[in-house]
Amino acid sequence: MVAEVTFFILSALALGSAVMVITRRNPVHSALWLIVTLFSVGGVFLILRAPFLFAVQIILYVGGIMVLIIFVIMLVSVDVSGRQQQFSRQWLVGLTTVLILAAELGYALYRGSKGFLLARSAPAAALENNTQAIGTALYQNYMLPVEIASILLLVAMVGAVLMAKRKME
Amino acid sequence: MESGYLTILIYIGAVVFLSAAILGMSAWVGVKRPTREKLSPYECGIQPVGDARERFSISFYLVGMLFILFDVEAVFLYPWAVVYKELKWFGFTEMLLYILILLAGYVYIWKKGALDWSR
Amino acid sequence: MTTVSIPDVMRILPELILAGFAILVMLFEPFVPAGRKRVLGWIALLGVLVAGMAFTWAPPNAGMAFSGSIAADGFSYFFIFLFLTIAALALLGSINYLERDNIHHAEYYALILFSTVGMCFMAASAELIMIFLGLEISSLSTYVLAGFRRHDPRSNESAMKYFLLGSFATAFFLYGIAFVYGLTGTTNLVDLAADLAQPGKWSTLTRAALILMFVGLAFKVSTVPFQIWTPDVYQGAPAPVTAFLSTGPKAAAFAVLVRIFLGLAGPSGPAAFWVIWISAALTMTVGNFAALLQKNVKRMLAYSAIAHAGYVLVGLAAAMASGSTEGASAVLFYLAAYAFMNVGAFLLIAHLAGPGEGRTEISDFTGLGRAAPGAAACLTVFMLSLSGIPSTAGFFAKFYVFRASVHAGLIGLTIIAVLNSVVSVYYYLNLVVTMYMREGEPQAARTPMPLPLYSAIAASLFAIFYLGLYPNHFLLLSTLSSKPLP
Repeated sequence: MVAEVTFFILSALALGSAVMVITRRNPVHSALWLIVTLFSVGGVFLILRAPFLFAVQIILYVGGIMVLIIFVIMLVSVDVSGRQQQFSRQWLVGLTTVLILAAELGYALYRGSKGFLLARSAPAAALENNTQAIGTALYQNYMLPVEIASILLLVAMVGAVLMAKRKME
Repeated sequence: MESGYLTILIYIGAVVFLSAAILGMSAWVGVKRPTREKLSPYECGIQPVGDARERFSISFYLVGMLFILFDVEAVFLYPWAVVYKELKWFGFTEMLLYILILLAGYVYIWKKGALDWSR
Repeated sequence: MTTVSIPDVMRILPELILAGFAILVMLFEPFVPAGRKRVLGWIALLGVLVAGMAFTWAPPNAGMAFSGSIAADGFSYFFIFLFLTIAALALLGSINYLERDNIHHAEYYALILFSTVGMCFMAASAELIMIFLGLEISSLSTYVLAGFRRHDPRSNESAMKYFLLGSFATAFFLYGIAFVYGLTGTTNLVDLAADLAQPGKWSTLTRAALILMFVGLAFKVSTVPFQIWTPDVYQGAPAPVTAFLSTGPKAAAFAVLVRIFLGLAGPSGPAAFWVIWISAALTMTVGNFAALLQKNVKRMLAYSAIAHAGYVLVGLAAAMASGSTEGASAVLFYLAAYAFMNVGAFLLIAHLAGPGEGRTEISDFTGLGRAAPGAAACLTVFMLSLSGIPSTAGFFAKFYVFRASVHAGLIGLTIIAVLNSVVSVYYYLNLVVTMYMREGEPQAARTPMPLPLYSAIAASLFAIFYLGLYPNHFLLLSTLSSKPLP
């Protein structure tokens, strides 16, 4: 019962703040609303019993990516964007895409889980301690991908330094 | 499981209530006699100059980018930390290798002067 | 309790060596003074050679490794060897180029190695997550490489477009993986094949997942309608980088396509097959006809790269239609032959275009046949091979693909392909005619070829003639390698 109520509050919060993100004229305000959205989605993860995803959401998205987004906003002139037309002229394309997506999602909800041959969802009891399960999976069966991911991060570092450094000596 | 989070929920409610109460009370009870000086933004006593929203240096972007990369690295430590006892030396070696590879990246960044603000 | 066994490590030894050398080059970079960066280029090359020797030093024993993540089979060894060759040629062709254009930073070599590591993992993985990681590693490195001429707006445009569309494409691929996992509960290709072999497992969503993965890879191999980025990126990127990314990542993406589509799509019915058929026909036609209109050599070769991706897709369609190894082996043969001729052509153009790559218009090559007969002759061979003239690698590459597609009963597609290669002869020969028959003072650089570049060009020429005159050896190799493990 508590879970349901919290879910609806968080979902409403996520949707409402998402609308605020795209309607604010000032990109800094959009970024601040985005933080609210990300937090609410994180809360939904928690209700779905995915504490690890919740942590990742807060640490990476709210902590890391939001900082970067704000830096990038500050890299461009905020004043200019404030004076520009807010919505681009492709709104018709955007609207069509949104309607198609909504129709798809509505159809999927209407058919329910019976309509698709989805793999069976896990029973609630199996969700206990799933951070441990993630750990075991990552560091035993998927140990190679984890190590390779560090190489991916390394390449990203080299790329970031090369691209953003002002002067190459 | 759920009861564990219930305390957090109550805590969040308490935080929201308390901050709303403090702000609301000071707005309601407090005496407001605004002057021009009082309304100007406070910058450690220095005369405020221009808008805060001027363009940042690209160095901020670089630092932000590197922060995310190491943040991602750190995220991998969480699932490792909850099972490292079961993984024993195997898990330790794995994580050591993982961190050493990223340490190489750190040395590179350092030596490249990407963290050096003046360059 | 899982542990890592020695055979497991042996099966990814080339990748490990490459990654080790890449980190070494990257770590040394800040310590090497500006004038001596060339040394790191040689270290990188040494890394490629050592990785290649790992095959002979530790005899490859086929099998799965790392809980089914890695499929060490003839197929993956074929591609790893191909990638190492491409990387070696690109490194040889880059050393003097970077010095000439004053963009000599050793990260370049490290990124080439990292990209090669990614490509090797793409070809050698039987696990969609590993394939995705390999794809990302190779893509990220090539995005940066494409923008290596930092003060050239075209290079920046190239990097930007490649980055935006490339990330978009990998997102499609990832979306497809997510669908597959949601539908079957596994991302391992072996388990997946077993799961999908059960009756009633194929649904609209499964096909959608397969199509999403195809779209992601189609961006990488630049098939129509996902080719929009190719001309701008190939033109703007430094020419040795174009040499690398028009062959390496493309072959890697095709390796994944072969592994996924031949491994899984068998029972999917005609849907996946027709997607390949249509995109093959479109890709060849659009690539060739657009190439006819180009005035810039790099841009022309970019459209030619699109067209060649179309021919490879014909081979893939044939393999899917017949189920025999003939189509797959034709794909492997084609990718290798194309790698030699395209790397050679782009490296030579990088040299001829002169400092700052100022002269890449076709008209700049006027009269080159008299001014620099050696370079002109080499470029002619590359063009002839690209157009598929007999006695060059390009001829047998096309021949095997067309033969496979006729045997698979794809007469219509074969006719389209043959007509297309007739059209393509025009624009390749146009460059040759410009070099030899037009009067005028050549604008292209006439400085002698530096030794590293010379050896890379010589190696490419040798491979082209070897594959063109004695194709049987290599065909046997590609046939033996054409059966992926899962």
